[in-house]
Amino acid sequence: MLSKRIIPCLDVRDGQVVKGVKFKNHVVLGEIIDLAKRYRDQGADELVFYDITASAEGRSVDRSWIEKTAQVIDIPFCVAGGIHSVEVARAVLHAGADKISINSPAIENPQLITALADEFGSQCVVIGIDSTKQNDDYWIWKYTGSEATAKAAGKRTLDWIKEVQDLGAGEIVLNCMDADGTRAGYDIEQLSAARAICKVPLIASGGAGGADDFVHAFKQSRVDGGLAAGIFHRGELTIPDLKVALKKQDIRVRL
Amino acid sequence: MIAIVDIGGSNLMSVKNAFDRLDVKTTITNDADKIQKASKVVFPGVGAAKPAMSRVHELELAQVMKGLTQPTLGVCLGMQLLFTHSSEADTSCLDIVPGNVTAIPVKEDLPIPHMGWNSLLISKTDSLLLTGIQEGDQVYFVHSFQAEFDQHTSAYCQYGSKIPAVVEKGNFFGTQFHPEKSADIGQKIIRNFLSL
Repeated sequence: MLSKRIIPCLDVRDGQVVKGVKFKNHVVLGEIIDLAKRYRDQGADELVFYDITASAEGRSVDRSWIEKTAQVIDIPFCVAGGIHSVEVARAVLHAGADKISINSPAIENPQLITALADEFGSQCVVIGIDSTKQNDDYWIWKYTGSEATAKAAGKRTLDWIKEVQDLGAGEIVLNCMDADGTRAGYDIEQLSAARAICKVPLIASGGAGGADDFVHAFKQSRVDGGLAAGIFHRGELTIPDLKVALKKQDIRVRL
Repeated sequence: MIAIVDIGGSNLMSVKNAFDRLDVKTTITNDADKIQKASKVVFPGVGAAKPAMSRVHELELAQVMKGLTQPTLGVCLGMQLLFTHSSEADTSCLDIVPGNVTAIPVKEDLPIPHMGWNSLLISKTDSLLLTGIQEGDQVYFVHSFQAEFDQHTSAYCQYGSKIPAVVEKGNFFGTQFHPEKSADIGQKIIRNFLSL
């Protein structure tokens, strides 16, 4: 059977890996290639590089580091940020990314999802969703790269999850913004609601503070992968330790 | 020289990078002569069967591919195209390996695409491509269609049913997974291919 995936997310700003709390106050954590190599060697199952400023600033990601990363890294990696057209997607994939993740551009132009799936196959089209709870429902947000640009997109998260699957999404990363950076655990309730209607792989994002949080997301919300950033970057939890802990709980991992 | 056949698709560089990491020279080409003269041929592919086969015919590579006698490795969609037919948009494929490629059946709790690391279960212990590979070693899959499990299957994985992971017929080999993205295990398989 398939293993649950552990996915470090490297938020990239100006060619360096950064991390903020609730999308604010970014601190530089290190160089892209160094961190990518370290995680590959530790047994990360996949990497996500997220240019957190690209969509908000209306530019696409710088691609030179994608090529360098692809030369060094022999596990799959996904690139997100500012991929607003088939042509930009093509350039990112040809530079060596295995998947592209789109968020705000998909909200602005949902047909882009279908265009990308038709051109490159659903398997490389990941939809990132930033979601918060308001008035007893979940709502999506766009342009969350900085506090100044972030705004509610006026769509219910669960409706959007259905819609993007119909349009051709091959995977969904659900980032629960209320939990992001808090280390208080993944938003199990929201992830479980998403899982119930999500037929493509679903990745949990936002809030991981320890190995138990991954256990809960895998066992209770039945997600396919757990994404985290700060907890790995700060060395609070190493990937080998996490995988051993998961295995003890009878969760299938790649050791 | 190893020829990486260029029929489009976005994993060409990933495959080339995997050989580069082993200091092995490759050329990305769709030139029939270069493909025929190569010591080994890799047939990568990402995307859908129909446009990939259209490209093969446009480039007049179908007969070239079928006539190859050197070790040839199809990766992911490249493996699927070695078969007779794919039900993905009802596509006639190269018919090098008999059999049909069909959609992975939809089942509760099995998201499609089959995406991630799954264990290899070995059905032919004498497979040269699998030298040094242990039962249970994990490799990276990402696909929505699957070949039929039969006598050409050297290794498979479980995902609802037995999904062929490695197929072999004569000098033709195929991996449903991506060895170029499967870390150390993938590299071992690439080395095995190189020593054929």
